[in-house]
Amino acid sequence: MYKPDIIEHISLNHYIILGTAIFIIGLLGVLVRKNIIIVFMCIELMLNGVNLILASTSTFYSDAGGQVMVFFTMAVAAAEVSVGLAIIVMMFKNLQSLNIDLFGRLKG
Amino acid sequence: MNIEYIFYFLSALTIICATMVVVSKHPIRSVLFLVATFFCISAHYILLNAQFLALVNIVVYAGAIMVLFLFVIMFLNLNDQMEHNKSPMFWLAAIVSAGSIFLMVVSAIGTTQLSIPEGNTENYTLGLVENIGMKLYTDYLFPMEICSVLFLVAMIGAVLLSRKENKMISNSQIF
Repeated sequence: MYKPDIIEHISLNHYIILGTAIFIIGLLGVLVRKNIIIVFMCIELMLNGVNLILASTSTFYSDAGGQVMVFFTMAVAAAEVSVGLAIIVMMFKNLQSLNIDLFGRLKG
Repeated sequence: MNIEYIFYFLSALTIICATMVVVSKHPIRSVLFLVATFFCISAHYILLNAQFLALVNIVVYAGAIMVLFLFVIMFLNLNDQMEHNKSPMFWLAAIVSAGSIFLMVVSAIGTTQLSIPEGNTENYTLGLVENIGMKLYTDYLFPMEICSVLFLVAMIGAVLLSRKENKMISNSQIF
């Protein structure tokens, strides 16, 4: 099996910075957007930034544990999205809106 | 073509698509840019020789999750749901705070010396399907089974949540 060229040409720090940038963009979306579906998509973006860091670290250290963790993250994300979208649809039926400020009524 | 240029081009594309997810007005456009972001991240996985992850990323994220998002957005009929954007001061504060977190992480990485172990970097087949499958069904067998229980719970939860309210009341009156 050939050695991936990327290990010799790109350092691990590049991948960590790229993953952090994706995570921060997702965080920014969670902070500024008011549509709850877009907030939900930005959470997926944050998960993907972390996944990229895990996978690159796993390749650079030759340890398959990181890639297995990425697999579990994807499984949890799929389960979370199905339940979360069901909750959003139900709240939309009650409130007739997707504004995230109205979702504060969920408490209590 | 040099592989560094591929990496930088893909990274730029990933970050542009991710930014467009946040700034585009309509949710459908956000979903489509998110799909583009996931394809770029899958290309990064292929560059890292993590082929199993690249396939699973396309099938699960770009296939299943994004279709779910698209269905929900079309189902909710958002034409009259114009979003009231937050004030420019709020955008500024959010960008400053998120950017300071980013700078903090980048400076912390810059001052850290990551030690790559030399003798351990000989196994380059670890991202292939048979290797990850072997790991999943030997070392990580218990979390794998917990995952299947989690999917069952999520499926039941989603069905239960999207049931009609009045039907539940009538059922409880019958029994």
